[in-house]
Amino acid sequence: MSDIKEMSLEEREATLGGIGSARKRKEDARFIRGQGNYVDDIKLPGMVFGDFVRSAYAHAKIKSIDTEAALAVPGVMAVITAKDLEPLGLHWMPTLAGDVAAVLADKKVHFQNQEVAFVVGADRYAVSDGVQAVDVDYDELPVLVDPRKALDADAPILREDVQEKDNVGQGLRRHPNHIFHWEVGDKTATDAAFAAAAVTIKEEIGYPRNHPSPMETCGCVASMDATNGVLTVYGTFQAPHVIRTVVSLITGLSENNIRIVSPDVGGGFGNKVGAYPGYICAAAASIVTGLPVKWIESRMDNLSTTAFARDYHMTGELAADESGKITAIRANVLADHGAFNTHAQPMKWPAGFFNIVTGSYDVPVGHVEVDGVYTNKAPGGVAYRCSFRVTEAAYLIERLIDALAQKIGVDKAEIRFRNFIQPEQFPYDSCLGWEYDSGDYPTALKKALEAVDYEGLRREQKEKAAKGELMGIGIATFTEIVGAGPTRNCDIVGLGMFDSCEIRVHPTGSAIVRLGTKSQGQGHETTFAQIVATEIGLPSDAITVEEGDTDTAPYGLGTYGSRSTPVAGAACAIAARKIRAKAQKIAAHLLEVGEGDLEWEVDRFRVKGLPERAATMKDICMAAYSNLPEGMEPGLETTSYYDPPNFTYPFGAYVCVVDIDRFTGEIKVRRFYALDDCGTRINPMVIEGQVHGGLAEAFAIAMGQEIVFDELGNVMGASFLDYFIPTTVETPVWETDHTVTPSPHHPIGAKGVGESPNVGGVPAFTNAVVDAFAQHGVMHMPMPHTAWRVWQTIDELGLNK
Amino acid sequence: MAEKTKISLTVNGNAVEAEIEPRTLLIHFLREHLNLTGAHIGCETSHCGACTVDLDGRSVKSCTVFAVQANGGELLTVEGMAAGGELHPLQQAFVDQHGLQCGYCTPGMLVRAYRLLQETPNPTDDEIRWGLSGNLCRCTGYQNIVKAVRQAADELGQKEAAE
Ligand code: FES
Ligand code: FES
Repeated sequence: MSDIKEMSLEEREATLGGIGSARKRKEDARFIRGQGNYVDDIKLPGMVFGDFVRSAYAHAKIKSIDTEAALAVPGVMAVITAKDLEPLGLHWMPTLAGDVAAVLADKKVHFQNQEVAFVVGADRYAVSDGVQAVDVDYDELPVLVDPRKALDADAPILREDVQEKDNVGQGLRRHPNHIFHWEVGDKTATDAAFAAAAVTIKEEIGYPRNHPSPMETCGCVASMDATNGVLTVYGTFQAPHVIRTVVSLITGLSENNIRIVSPDVGGGFGNKVGAYPGYICAAAASIVTGLPVKWIESRMDNLSTTAFARDYHMTGELAADESGKITAIRANVLADHGAFNTHAQPMKWPAGFFNIVTGSYDVPVGHVEVDGVYTNKAPGGVAYRCSFRVTEAAYLIERLIDALAQKIGVDKAEIRFRNFIQPEQFPYDSCLGWEYDSGDYPTALKKALEAVDYEGLRREQKEKAAKGELMGIGIATFTEIVGAGPTRNCDIVGLGMFDSCEIRVHPTGSAIVRLGTKSQGQGHETTFAQIVATEIGLPSDAITVEEGDTDTAPYGLGTYGSRSTPVAGAACAIAARKIRAKAQKIAAHLLEVGEGDLEWEVDRFRVKGLPERAATMKDICMAAYSNLPEGMEPGLETTSYYDPPNFTYPFGAYVCVVDIDRFTGEIKVRRFYALDDCGTRINPMVIEGQVHGGLAEAFAIAMGQEIVFDELGNVMGASFLDYFIPTTVETPVWETDHTVTPSPHHPIGAKGVGESPNVGGVPAFTNAVVDAFAQHGVMHMPMPHTAWRVWQTIDELGLNK
Repeated sequence: MAEKTKISLTVNGNAVEAEIEPRTLLIHFLREHLNLTGAHIGCETSHCGACTVDLDGRSVKSCTVFAVQANGGELLTVEGMAAGGELHPLQQAFVDQHGLQCGYCTPGMLVRAYRLLQETPNPTDDEIRWGLSGNLCRCTGYQNIVKAVRQAADELGQKEAAE
């Protein structure tokens, strides 16, 4: 067998580039050369283009659609309307939330820029001419923009198609504009705790409608091979298998005749989870024309029609004793879901995991109610870089605990220490139904406070206040719930939310790993190879990771809600362990000892007590195809489907320091320190990058992002001119740090991290801004904190005098 | 279809001639006529910089430039940055510093940073930030991009000093 003296143990470990190594990313090689392969880069022979005629009105009856002039435009090949899709049953599609959504507007439009007709033509320019030439005649209807008026007796009825139904997929409803009512917790006990409380606070806390807006918009190329009856769709899909199943359910094509491919995806952040009319129309157009059809969203289409996020109108209450120890929580939420219920949450969770609203705190009792309503706005309600509605929940509790601190005059760090779930309380059962897996909140916050010299900052703040200067310190100690999820309580269109990994080891000691997830920039090609490397002792450089092609990848539920590492990462480790188990049998055969006489060491099995007798994984790989024990099947490959026993609960402690110009309202983020605990760290470089990116998105949300509508339902500014995407200049410098509290139930103890910085970042920013005004009695300031809004607060308080 | 116009230009050192509709945007010309798909479309309104290419020594956003405006010009795209197969120091620095995630903004960032370092060979971090402020990224939070440009600037500076 191989000579085992060649390298030291440490060197051998380093060669693997496994868990914990800051290895450079495998995917970068193509991206830095401009050789990425994104959907819009795909060019199929004979490919044509399609684009939408969109509604100018937010609510109107369609009187007529005249396509004659458009069809006369040179290069235009077809104009598809709801009437054309109706015979195929494709004019409406089922949504992931049990509702239906119009593919092309059927008799009426429900929001501005809704898809009305699909023009197909030889190139983008011809299509664009064709779109201009379609003449649609509308009859305007009264518009419902404000969700607070949705359930009024005299509110205009939006969804006439479901007007008579008492259930549109998520339980009973009480008004034609009502979608669902969801309740969790103990109302009686909560009411009693509030009645008995020494202190109570109540705040209205809104989370405005915003949009994930990845740099690449949504799009697809659909190609129907009429001869073989196979439909191939290349698209910007975060969850390719789910799309395949949905396409099968919608079209009636059997799943083996549908191939969904996600090539390189230019960011997703929740925007690319759902199924959009563009996909259906491109597929229908390909069936009609017999040619591949490309549909690529413009930025305005993206911001105004596909999957917005948030739009939660929350009222939160805390009850506490004199010392600030929370005794109860109550939350009431109005959720604006727009025109169709297309929010992407596991089916049984119409408000996602909003009941994580107790956060990092030991709250004895609570009650939450959420009502979803229709409005004349684009449909959606996706998780913009967060697990399902977790960012809204984290925002609410982190704002409320600050308000409580202000009310009773306790320091904002101190009130957190008084309420934290203690390390010895894990696994911790929250009053709203979750079992937190692990955590050490006090250690994290202590470390954060020391790192920023919290006491020094508070002293400085006081000195500044005396001079009339505005400085704010924001703390957020958030807990997330990610890794959806256990199939007993999580499904999408009935599919359990497991994930999968297939490993195939080649004779000369390399491997291909395929997963049901899909990277959109997270670096899966790099990090999943690291997990496998550590588990089976082959270098990560010799491990190819492949995702996104439903013809080759095992079935998985995709990448969102920070589920890749908790679920597919676990599948990876379990599959690798199965490989290692077989390898051990082969090693025993090679070394002519019993399996039990062997022990694993980095990249080989050694005979216990005879360290020089060993079989390296490389030897074993070849033997798996050439020299096997009697009766053993050749080959070295396996698949694992992993159904997680629980969610994972990453957490963190963030501190943000802002200085505010009291004459202009401009906010300068002086410092942002982020401590994250995501359990076992697979690649520190990638984790840091994820945290930077998530913080930048949190900064965008807190400081400027909002999709605004006027009273007619016109989208005000759905372009990058108006919608705030911070540049290098505004974006603060980030300081990152960590603690490590592994997840006890995850095979390698990892929890997932991509979304934590968004979940924790937003409240840290708002808490810092409000903190600057706390001395003047301000308890809350609504996002986004633009200079104009902040100036208004300053002016009302007369601080600019 | 409108009448076509003839253009000739140099792209990454190669002479190119084409007949195009006068309204053809440079980004579409590059991506669809020349199959150079490195430059991307992120906004179509000159806000994001994903489509940035270098035209006659200036960074331009090719989504708001007509291809005919590049007639007679010299164009550099990300595909032309690795001269003779060797990575440009900026490309290597983006890998070393983890200056990219989804990679969608990367070609525009690289081409813009390339011009920035010609304009300002030894930029401060602040100058890097201002110099890249026309290029948006949704993934990285910019910090590692700034570091990458810093690394490349240092390396190019050393090279120059050695020569
Ligand atoms: S696509 Fe040209 S600047 Fe955005
Ligand atoms: S790396 Fe994704 S937009 Fe910059």
